[in-house]
Amino acid sequence: MASRAQGSTSRTPDSRRAESPAGSGDDGDWGGVRLHVVTGKGGTGKSTVAAALALALASHGRRVLLCEVEGRQGIARMFDVDPLPYAERRIATGLAGPDGRAGAVHALHIDAESALMDYLAMYYKLGRAGRALDRFGVVEFATTIAPGVRDVLLTGKVYEAVNRNSRNRGAVRYDAVVLDAPPTGRIVQFLDVNAEVAVLARMGPIKHQSDAVMELLRSPQTAVHLVTLLEEMPVQETADAIEELQAADLTVGAVVVNQVRPDELDDESLAAARSGGLDSDRIAADLTAAGLEHGETLVTDLLHEAHDHAERRAVEDEQRLRVAGLGRPTYELPRLATGIDLGGLYELAARLREEGMA
Amino acid sequence: MSPATDRSRHRVGPLASTAREAPMLDVDALLDDPETRIIVCCGSGGVGKTTTSAALALRAAERGRHVVVLTIDPARRLAQSMGIEQLDNTPRPVPDLTWPKGTRKRPTKAPRMDAMMLDMKRTFDEVVESQANPEKAQQILENPFYVALSSSFAGTQEYMAMEKLGQIYRDAERDGTYDLIVVDTPPSRSALDFLDAPERLSSFLDGRFIKLLLAPARGPARMMTMGLQLFTSALTKILGAQVLQDLQTFVAAVDTLFGGFRQRAQQTYQLLQTGGTAFLVIAAPEPDALREAAYFVERLDEDQMPLAGLVVNRATATSPEDLDAEEALAAAARLERKKSRTVTPGLLRLHADRMRLAEREARLRERFTAAHPEVPTVVVAALPTDVHDLDGLRQVGRLLAGS
Ligand SMILES: Nc1ncnc2c1ncn2[C@@H]1O[C@H](COP(=O)(O)OP(=O)(O)OP(=O)(O)O)[C@@H](O)[C@H]1O
Ligand SMILES: Nc1ncnc2c1ncn2[C@@H]1O[C@H](COP(=O)(O)OP(=O)(O)OP(=O)(O)O)[C@@H](O)[C@H]1O
Ligand SMILES: [Mg+2]
Ligand SMILES: [Mg+2]
Repeated sequence: MASRAQGSTSRTPDSRRAESPAGSGDDGDWGGVRLHVVTGKGGTGKSTVAAALALALASHGRRVLLCEVEGRQGIARMFDVDPLPYAERRIATGLAGPDGRAGAVHALHIDAESALMDYLAMYYKLGRAGRALDRFGVVEFATTIAPGVRDVLLTGKVYEAVNRNSRNRGAVRYDAVVLDAPPTGRIVQFLDVNAEVAVLARMGPIKHQSDAVMELLRSPQTAVHLVTLLEEMPVQETADAIEELQAADLTVGAVVVNQVRPDELDDESLAAARSGGLDSDRIAADLTAAGLEHGETLVTDLLHEAHDHAERRAVEDEQRLRVAGLGRPTYELPRLATGIDLGGLYELAARLREEGMA
Repeated sequence: MSPATDRSRHRVGPLASTAREAPMLDVDALLDDPETRIIVCCGSGGVGKTTTSAALALRAAERGRHVVVLTIDPARRLAQSMGIEQLDNTPRPVPDLTWPKGTRKRPTKAPRMDAMMLDMKRTFDEVVESQANPEKAQQILENPFYVALSSSFAGTQEYMAMEKLGQIYRDAERDGTYDLIVVDTPPSRSALDFLDAPERLSSFLDGRFIKLLLAPARGPARMMTMGLQLFTSALTKILGAQVLQDLQTFVAAVDTLFGGFRQRAQQTYQLLQTGGTAFLVIAAPEPDALREAAYFVERLDEDQMPLAGLVVNRATATSPEDLDAEEALAAAARLERKKSRTVTPGLLRLHADRMRLAEREARLRERFTAAHPEVPTVVVAALPTDVHDLDGLRQVGRLLAGS
C-alpha cells in the first residue's frame, strides 16, 4: 500500500479549502485553481508543460503534486529520478518566487490496479475481500474492461489528492495538483466518467463518490489546460476538445502553445525571405564584415534556410490566429533547441511565470 | 541508387557498414519488389506514420503497383486530398493520379491507388454481426461492456487494424484487386501495442475472471466457494446488481463469439511473419520516439517478423557547408555591435538554432545505430509546411527514396 513519506501538515483533516491557499496577489492568472488538468494532442508536450507548470506553481513554500495516469513514467524520466511507485515522492524544489522562496514539487504515478486496492481499503475496509478479488482476476478485469472503471479509479485518486480527507491519515496536503492527463481525444471521456457512472451503478456508495468528484471537476477549482503546437492537427484537436469540454460543463483553462520557433526576423524580412527578395549581396558583405570566410554556398544556404523558416512561420501565424479565435487565455513556450532536460523545465517554468500562468 | 538492379532486400542482418553509419534503406527496391505484399508503418504517436504510409502507397502506385492504403485518423485535409472524407470502411480510389514524368514504361491506363480510413468500431461490429444471428448480435452491440471493449479497450484499435488488414488481404488474394497493402497503425503510445493487441485481447478474454463467470453455467456447485461468495457480494456492493447482469450477458456472448476472433487474430499474426510483409519503423529524431523504435526493432526480431528498416522523419535539414552554431552566433553578435540594420544577424541566429537541432538529432541517431547497427535507415527532412496534398506526399516519397 502507498507509503506517504513526506511530512504531514497541521491543518485540520477535513478542511476543504475553496479559496486559494496563500492569499492572492502573485498567484498568477489561475490563483483560485487547485486542480490543473493538462491535456493536448499526443506528443505536443503535455508532460513537459505539466512539469513546468508544477515547478512554476511551487513557490513561497507551496507544495504541488504532479500526477501521471498513463503508466509511462514520463515524470521520472523528465526529473531524472528512479521510476515512481504508487506513492507520493518529493522530486524537486520549485521555482523560487520573487522573494527568493521556493516550494516543493511532489510526484505520484497513479495506476488503476493500485488505486483500486487503495480505494477498497480506504472506503470499504475490504482487506480480505480485496485480495480475493485480485485472486479471481477481478482487479485485472475491472481495470481493463469494465466500462469506465479505470477512469473512475484514476480520477478518484486525483480527487483524493486534491481533497484530502480524514481516511488518509498523515498524507501531505497540497496547495495545487497538476495532472498530466490523457490526450485530447480521450480527455472528456476521462473527466466525465464520473457523470456516467450513474448509468452503470445506479445506486450505492460509488454514486456518492462520483458526485463529489464531478462537483470538484466542474467547480472553478479545476481548470483544463490545452497544450498545442502551431500546426493544423493539434490546433484542430484543441478547438474540438474545447467544444466538447464546454458541452460537458467542464472548465476550460488556458491554451499553452508549445515549441514555438524563434522569432529572429521581422514581418517584412519574412515576406522577403518567402518571395526570394532578400538582398544576397548585402548578406555576403555582412558575412565578410563579421569576419566569416565563406563561399557562395553559405549565402545560398542561409537564404534557403530563411525561406523554409518563413514558410513554417506563415503556417504558425495562420494557426496562431485560429488559437486566438478560441477565446482562451494563451501562453507561449519556445522550442528549446537543445531538448528538454531539468534545466529546460525550469526555463519553461520561468516563462510560464513571466507570462502570468503561475 | 538504382532500384531495378538491386532486387535483394536488405533486411535485418549484418551488412557492411562503417562504424556509426547505418546502412541505407532502399525504399524503391522495397516498393518495386513484387514479393512485397504488405508494408506496415509502425512508430510512436505523432511521428508521421499516416503521412509515410500514404506517401509510400502513392509512390508505389506511381511505380506501377496496385495499392491500397489503410489509414487511421488522417488529418482532414490529407484525407480530402485522397478522396476519403467519409469514414465508411471501404477503399476508394484516390482521384487524379497520373504517371509521373520519366516513368519507364507508361501503360495506357492511369495508375490506381485506393485509400480507406479505418472505422474501428464498425469493424468490430461487423465481426460480431458476421458471427451471431441478428437478434443476438443486437443484444451484444448494446451491451455496455461490449461498447467499452469495442471503443476504448486499449488495443482494440490495433486489433481492428489487424482484422481489417486480414480481410483486405484475403479479398485481394481471392480477387486479385491489390498486389500491395500499406498499413498505417493507430496513434498509440508505443509501437509495440500493435503487436501486443491480439495477444492482449485473447488473454483478456481467456482470463480467470471470465472463466469464473462462465463456470457456474457449466459445472455445478463446485465453484461456489467461500471466495466466490465473498467476491460476488463485494462486487454487487460496489457496482450494483444491474452491472452484474450486464456482465453475465457480455460474458456469455464472449464465450460463443470470441473463439472465432482469436483464430482470426492468430492468422493475421502469422501473415505478418511471412516474407511478403515488411515492417517500417517510423521515428521522430527525439529520444522517446527513438527509444520506442529500438524496443520495436528488438521485438520484431524476437517474433521473427521482417523488418525493412527505420525512417527518421521530420529531421532538421542541414546543408553541407558547416558553419557551426557557435561561430554563427559569434558572427551575429559582431554584426549587431555595428548597429547596422540588416537581416544577416537574424539569419545567422536561425542557422545556429538549426545547427543545434541537427547536432542533437545526429547524436540521437548515432546512439540508435550504435545499438542496432544492422538496421537500414533513411532520414526524411521536415518539409517547411504540413503534408496535406498529393504533391506533398510525392515530395515525402522522394525523400523516402533518398532522392
Ligand atoms: N518546448 C519544448 N522545446 C523542445 N522540446 C520540447 C518542448 N516541449 C516538449 N518537447 C519535447 O517534445 C517531446 C514530446 O513532449 P512530451 O513528452 O512532453 O509530450 P506529451 O504530449 O506528453 O507526449 P505523449 O502524448 O506521448 O504523452 C519530448 O521529447 C519533449 O522533450
Ligand atoms: N516529413 C514531414 N515534413 C513536414 N511535416 C510532416 C512530415 N511528416 C509528417 N508531417 C506532419 O506531421 C504531422 C503528424 O504526421 P502524421 O499524422 O503522419 O503522424 P502520425 O504518426 O500518423 O500521428 P498519430 O500517431 O497521431 O497517428 C502532420 O501534420 C504531418 O503533415
Ligand atoms: Mg506525456
Ligand atoms: Mg496517424
